[in-house]
Amino acid sequence: MAQPSTIMGFVHRRRRGAELFLLILALAVGIGAYAAVGLGVDGEVPADLFGYGAWLAALLVAAHLVIRFAAPYADPVLLPVVAALNGLGLAVIHRIDLAKEAAGSPHAFAQQQLIWMTVGVALFVITLLAVRDHRVLQRFTYTSGLAAIVLLLLPLLPGIGRTIYGARIWIHVGPFSFQPGEVAKVLLVIAIAGYLVPHRDALALAGRRVLFVDLPRGRDLGPILVMWLISLGILVFQRDLGSSLLFFGLFLIMLYVATERPGWLVVGALLFVGGAFLAYFLFGHVRERFDIWLHPFDFYESGESFQPIEARFGLGWGGLVGRGFGNGDPNRVPFAESDFIISSIGEELGLTAVMAVLMMYGLIVERALRTAVICRDAFGKLVATGLGSAIALQVFVVVGGVTGLIPLTGLTTPFLSYGGSSLIANWVIIALLLRISDQARRPAPTISDDTTAISDDATQIVKIGERR
Amino acid sequence: MNKPIRTISIFCLLLFLALMINASYVMYWKAGALNDDARNRRVIQAAYSQERGAILVGRTPVALSVESDDEYLFQRTYPKPLMYAPITGYFSYYGATAVEQTQNDILSGDDPRLFVTNTVDLLSSKPPKGGNVTLTIDPAAQQAAYDGLTGLGPDTQGGVVAIEPSTGKILAMVSLPTFDPNQLASHDLRAVAKRSKELNADPTEPLLNRGSQVRLPPGSTFKVVTAAAAIEKGLYDADSEVPGGETYQLPLTQGPTGLIDNEGRDCGANGSKIPFAQAMENSCNTSFAQIAGEVGAEDMAATAEGFGFNQQYFTDILPQATSEFPTDIDDAQLGQTGFGQFDVSATPLQMAMVAAGLGNGGSVMKPYLVDEKQSADLDVLDKTDPEELSRAVSPETAAEVTDLMVSTVANGTASPAAIPGIDVAGKTGTAQTGQSDRSPYAWFISFAPAENPVVAVAVMIQNADIPRDEIAGGLLGGPIAKSVMEAVIR
Repeated sequence: MAQPSTIMGFVHRRRRGAELFLLILALAVGIGAYAAVGLGVDGEVPADLFGYGAWLAALLVAAHLVIRFAAPYADPVLLPVVAALNGLGLAVIHRIDLAKEAAGSPHAFAQQQLIWMTVGVALFVITLLAVRDHRVLQRFTYTSGLAAIVLLLLPLLPGIGRTIYGARIWIHVGPFSFQPGEVAKVLLVIAIAGYLVPHRDALALAGRRVLFVDLPRGRDLGPILVMWLISLGILVFQRDLGSSLLFFGLFLIMLYVATERPGWLVVGALLFVGGAFLAYFLFGHVRERFDIWLHPFDFYESGESFQPIEARFGLGWGGLVGRGFGNGDPNRVPFAESDFIISSIGEELGLTAVMAVLMMYGLIVERALRTAVICRDAFGKLVATGLGSAIALQVFVVVGGVTGLIPLTGLTTPFLSYGGSSLIANWVIIALLLRISDQARRPAPTISDDTTAISDDATQIVKIGERR
Repeated sequence: MNKPIRTISIFCLLLFLALMINASYVMYWKAGALNDDARNRRVIQAAYSQERGAILVGRTPVALSVESDDEYLFQRTYPKPLMYAPITGYFSYYGATAVEQTQNDILSGDDPRLFVTNTVDLLSSKPPKGGNVTLTIDPAAQQAAYDGLTGLGPDTQGGVVAIEPSTGKILAMVSLPTFDPNQLASHDLRAVAKRSKELNADPTEPLLNRGSQVRLPPGSTFKVVTAAAAIEKGLYDADSEVPGGETYQLPLTQGPTGLIDNEGRDCGANGSKIPFAQAMENSCNTSFAQIAGEVGAEDMAATAEGFGFNQQYFTDILPQATSEFPTDIDDAQLGQTGFGQFDVSATPLQMAMVAAGLGNGGSVMKPYLVDEKQSADLDVLDKTDPEELSRAVSPETAAEVTDLMVSTVANGTASPAAIPGIDVAGKTGTAQTGQSDRSPYAWFISFAPAENPVVAVAVMIQNADIPRDEIAGGLLGGPIAKSVMEAVIR
């Protein structure tokens, strides 16, 4: 499984220059969009464009310099794509701020988001500097798992947990509010990967064959049942359909990759379908979501499907090229700056921009999975796969929900949506992916020449000196 | 582990493909249906926030958009609301009527002919601006008609329509009671909804244009159609004698219900013959009942339809009420149609077309209200060409009927419309409402100058603050028709 990346003599180049070039393009997207918002809404370039642009550029160039220093072989595409998404998100949030201001309820979401981005980039840098080798994370398998479960349970605690719009996924401590699920996502990936690496052989090989499907042993079903219960618990107690789907899907994918046995997918899919079926019949809010998804227009008059229908109207109104910043009415959709930001983008920038955004997410996922393929160690492969699929699943659940492909669930759109927890967690995800890809693309440690002469000897002396 | 990772890659690819296909479906294929949804406030609001083109009479706007400071950017205003409301209609957040509705494509800028200028606007990031619509209305005639009708008192219900006979241009179109479209175009949507509810509930129906949307029995004004049918058939000419009589028992009837009279006007003795001119001057019901019987139901209907009855021809204000001449009638009913009773009903526009058709040598022009459609830069995109609707009667017949109508003004019941020095052709009408507690409807139609008319008018008074016995088409309608004709001729 641990294939060296130097097969056929191929050595990855660092490509840091390419990254810088792409980063400049990404900055042009972010700052250009911010200027376009000012031009479109107020008819003039925003007064703080220079300061804003400088701050954005400083953050991203700093991130780039840290990569140059701390992870020189890391994938050159990830940072620019993320920068472009984050910049576009900031501009759209600023646009919604202006709309809210015009409607008489001013907010400074964009300013707040820029602060969160700063914190996110800081954590990104800290992660890259502190975690010099991703394999050390494997030591924290059970710590991470426990922390994730605690974080997921926190919103249920009376006093700090809050139910906001039906979902109990927030905690409030003093003036700060926080969505622990986003951070739990990262910790869960580490925990699952750390658990699977030593256990994967047992999970893969033991078991019996029933009707062409290799079923796992009963005792190995333990962790999958725990994950299933966690997902169901989130669904039932926190009423958070999106996170539930995300966590369970994530776990299934990682289990399948670790064991290479599609049987797990069958078991998992059956469990999910069964759980969803039960939830549909047992819980009114799940049933309601499902009915609204099937017949959204029937619930418009009663107001229950106001949000998805307004989003749909907004997307249709945007059409191929969009109305242009300032010419749409994205603020009609509640939460246009967070969960429904993709409908704001669709309305004012059109299908073109929605496709571009999806393409960028696709690139992130592709880069993450590519990293997993070339990574030399099982833990790195699993973490990269997990983080990549987490982004894919999250984008699918939220964008699919907003555009009506699947029932609507509340999740943030990575890097675009307003929200500190999500933004910070996603920057850390990118830092971890860059760290793994740096390890994976780095030329393999050279094996000293004299050992080849005694290749039949059982022991080899390996020089672990890193080449930089 | 690489094989499952590749499988997962394909799975993720499928997820993204599904998202992209669905986004294209919603934003491209479904976009039209979503934009057409009546609940889509974005579309309504966009239309509402647009700089709509003006509706012009001459060079003076009667409806225009002015900038406003609120979220809707532009406020639709009507400088002469009461006089022009039946023509312009209103443009509110909840809908539009009349010219605001029928010319919406031009006014809103959606018309494809405006596309070139709009694309330029798009690139120069100017908001789209609608084109203008100019009306055929003659402001002096409109003012005269409005002043005349409102002069009858505050509770007046009625309509006046004036047409240019040679083209079909509508020179005046007034309807009472009227309303203030500014109240409906207001951005105070709650007040708009309240006002709209009031107007819809009002029993006097102020939102109807009585010029083209209300039809009533035309009474004696319809006698010109009967006369035209008889002359066209070769039964009489203007100098012939026609059957007279103080009373006439309709065929197939017995007793007072089938017995018609002339309310005391001189129409000769029963069984005698009187000059055609006298029958017209004194508006003899007994004569025209008999003439209609001689013409026959089929030819009566053919002539009436030649003038536009039983047809849809007016598209500038919708819906148009269809003026009716009944088909499949017996001889008693036929006799009643001869003087515009039974199931004959007409809009003022229809009766103006009858007058205009006779004045135009028997050729009825299609009436129209929208003269030109212009781009925002005043380039003419389209000018309506006059178009013949139908040929009702021959020029000779038209000339004969005109002679009868001229003598009706000169010597008969239509004398209040006489203009010194000009030959005026006219006819009065007083139609029974069929309700004893309601005053009859007063009608008046005329055109002038008789030999080469520039204007034809129809006046209809449905209800006015005037005692029942004083109602007579000539007395009420005549002076209004006269002032409208004078306004056009002078």
